[in-house]
Amino acid sequence: MDGQQVQPQPHPAVPLLMEDSKPGRRAGTLVAGEDVRQALDDLPAHLLRCKPPAMPELSELQVVRHFTRLSQRNFSVDTNTYPLGSCTMKYNPRAAHAVASLAGLVTRHPHTPDAHNQGLLATLAELQQMLAAITGLPEVSLAPMGGAQGELAALAMMAAYHRDQGDGQRTEVLVPNSAHGTNPASAAMCGLKVREIATTPDGDVDTAALAAALSGKTAAVMLTNPSTLGTFERRITEIARMVHEAGALCYYDGANLNAILGRVRPADMGFDALHLNLHKTFATPHGGGGPGAGPVAASKRLAPYLPLPYVLETDGVFRLATAMERPQSIGVLGAFLGNVGVQLRAYAYLRLLGTAGLARISGHAVLNASYVAHGLHQAGYKLAYPQRRACHEFVVTLAAEAERHGFRAGDVAKRMLDFGIYAPTVYFPLLVSECLLIEPTETETKDELDRLIMVMSQIMEEGRTQPELLQQAPHLLPISRVDEVAAARHPVLTWRTTPEPGSPAPA
Amino acid sequence: MPFIPHTAAETQAMLATLGLGTLDDLFAEIPQALLLQEPIALPSGLEQALDEQGLLELMQARASQDRPLCSFAGAGAYEHHIPQVVSQLLGRGELYSPYTPYQAEASQGSLQIMFEFQSMMAELLAVDVVNASVYDGASALAEAILMALRCHKKGLHKVLMADGVHPVYRQVATTMTSRLGVEIITLPHDGSGRMDEAAWRRMDAAEVAAVVVAQPNFYGVLEEPDVLVDWAQANGALAIAVVNPLCAAVLRPPGQWGRHGVDIVCGEAQSLGLPLSGGGPYLGFLGCRMAHVRQLPGRLVGESRDRQGRRAFTLTLQAREQHIRRARATSNICTNQGLCVVASAMTMALLGPQGLASKAATCHERTRELTERLTRIPGVRRLFAAPFFHEVVMDLGVAAEPVWQRLADLGFLAGFPLGCHDKKLDHCLLLCATETRSRAQIEDLAMAMSQVLGR
Repeated sequence: MDGQQVQPQPHPAVPLLMEDSKPGRRAGTLVAGEDVRQALDDLPAHLLRCKPPAMPELSELQVVRHFTRLSQRNFSVDTNTYPLGSCTMKYNPRAAHAVASLAGLVTRHPHTPDAHNQGLLATLAELQQMLAAITGLPEVSLAPMGGAQGELAALAMMAAYHRDQGDGQRTEVLVPNSAHGTNPASAAMCGLKVREIATTPDGDVDTAALAAALSGKTAAVMLTNPSTLGTFERRITEIARMVHEAGALCYYDGANLNAILGRVRPADMGFDALHLNLHKTFATPHGGGGPGAGPVAASKRLAPYLPLPYVLETDGVFRLATAMERPQSIGVLGAFLGNVGVQLRAYAYLRLLGTAGLARISGHAVLNASYVAHGLHQAGYKLAYPQRRACHEFVVTLAAEAERHGFRAGDVAKRMLDFGIYAPTVYFPLLVSECLLIEPTETETKDELDRLIMVMSQIMEEGRTQPELLQQAPHLLPISRVDEVAAARHPVLTWRTTPEPGSPAPA
Repeated sequence: MPFIPHTAAETQAMLATLGLGTLDDLFAEIPQALLLQEPIALPSGLEQALDEQGLLELMQARASQDRPLCSFAGAGAYEHHIPQVVSQLLGRGELYSPYTPYQAEASQGSLQIMFEFQSMMAELLAVDVVNASVYDGASALAEAILMALRCHKKGLHKVLMADGVHPVYRQVATTMTSRLGVEIITLPHDGSGRMDEAAWRRMDAAEVAAVVVAQPNFYGVLEEPDVLVDWAQANGALAIAVVNPLCAAVLRPPGQWGRHGVDIVCGEAQSLGLPLSGGGPYLGFLGCRMAHVRQLPGRLVGESRDRQGRRAFTLTLQAREQHIRRARATSNICTNQGLCVVASAMTMALLGPQGLASKAATCHERTRELTERLTRIPGVRRLFAAPFFHEVVMDLGVAAEPVWQRLADLGFLAGFPLGCHDKKLDHCLLLCATETRSRAQIEDLAMAMSQVLGR
């Protein structure tokens, strides 16, 4: 050990896999022991790999410990209150995981002939029907593998519809300035131009600005309702009428559906197509950044354009729609049926809720958010839209505190980590300065919400008296604040380029 | 009430705090005309909530309703043994239920795993950097093409694509790039199953922004990628590789193709520890040389330091992403395949370089045995003469689709009938046998095929 001493530590770092590797070590029974050279002796040598990759060689126990210890360095819904706005971090039912893990489903090859895939296709067909009922739109494709891919799909459908109507000049998408970043990014990937629409001081779309922007070039208006400000767009029916009168279409970003589940249907608000985030409203896990799923629903006139594949039924027999029978479809977005494992989890969740469970979800999601908003307001937090009812989430602004005491919204967020609460979304929506977007979800107990309010009140107090406590936070986690600027300036993206332990941080 | 922890008394107390009487009062801002007066009618038979036992009984029945098929199918999705460590650890809530690790200090677990995934994949593919996921192999190719056009300085939009690239990947690339003015020119294979060299040599290289080649290609045939990569780069175009990373454990990796290696590599990593799961979720990835990293879409984790100088990981180069750059981002992708990255990192760590090579070699050996056995059936032959790797096209001499259907009725998924993608190949099946197929099962398939063919 070169005379070095081992120091006791509460959160010892987990070495990289490569740092624990020893040449020649094997993970027990996992290697079949085939003679590699003999197995490949029919192949031309110049197409074979000369040198094995420098990858870790570990025992099975080492691997188990490594990943178990790393898992303990995460906050998660299963371990922490997780009020991350716009992400709907609700509990992910274990029964749904069990359903998606059933041996008969998890081993099924995507090229299984339809006739031998009826159990799975029947389930997905029922999910399509349930999502159609919830949105009020008649046809659903489950194909998109994330919300952003759903957005892209629906915009492509709208562009194709306009083209078929002889309206190919409609190349503009109007997006409120409160929108998720994916909205303009999806429009751009669809080859459409993005124009931003202003928001009124009370959080609604500025209809005068909308009216001025609508033209013969408008393809679609993208909205989420409630908006990212956590408020319900009250003039939505009028907006939809304006959009339709201008010959354009209304797109609903389903990211915030949890607020109105079972109470308002997007179709009734006037939307023509939408995507849903199964990993938000429908309780499938976020998995540290996916996999999610972004099914698309469409009105009758847009349905022929839905992305393939989706399930069709004739007399109790299920099959996948083909390009031959759906020639107007925008096509396929992935190699197979989309994220089936995620779709199955959402199906399981909906079956556990039933009709009666739907409105109960939105009711308690809005109750929890309103309750926390009220509590924080009492504790001196400034609500960005105090005159409005918080829906499933709400925005507070710390602009005054930043000015007066020098601590920022991000500092409050980091300090919350010390109390075992994951941070709210910070600095989004972009039009509120120094903001936190808070979404407790319906699965938190009143006691947890009371604790959240108490912790945030205490942090506000700390910020006013000792702002450096917040600016230096977190203090109690395995690591302190990470230098994100250095990481971006001198990207170290593999362990091949990892600096020697103990060497100074890159300048 | 499912997933609602509130007691009736708590709900009332919370409403009272807000000065309200009922949950419905919370929705007073919503115009009356929009609020449903009746509960949403879920489709008939689906209205009633199931309890957990009822749900599992139903789904167990659905899962076993269809007879399991003994599979010799690949075509982009491969049955492999998945170590128990992977399936068991993946269900840990700390990995299963967090969000994208934007708060680095509270997400070091996910971040370090993604960094390790990036590192192992970069090693395996012999490229500088690999991202921590896009949706799947098909969407990865579409992103790779868009990326190549951004990297290409001259604003060209013509892309040459070997028809040995998975036909559905090619369709997805078209869906996702055609609106952006990208022109994809598909180049045919020659009689040996490789990309036809004469076809791309005829193209005006000065107009080409990128070339795409798969190794092994969709037909299992090994391409000779070096000449194409060198030709592309000598003419200022970018070379894009589509690979199955498991194969790279024994095949020369794309970072070593031609004189300089490919510019962009993409593909599907399902074979590294993800179950078939009816078609997803799988794991798309993209890699490139460092010079192009700022055009790479998808999540990237970088190593940095905390304030005490300790090693720490964080999402990095986020200026590429939609939440910062909005309409000018490299892609619209947000949620990607995070948990699949974890599964794949665990699998690579468990197998190690020898284990990966051994698994890939075993798949090849089994497919050789399958080929040898099936070609003993009169009239069944390999379609292509060029060397194949771990997947092979068999010409049955008769329409293959009905044979394939008939074999399914007998309990076999006999590969993939190619006629649905290419009418000229309607006598052909694309087959593979991974390490999960035994010699006895190969024999059973051969006997069944003989019977169906009447030979």
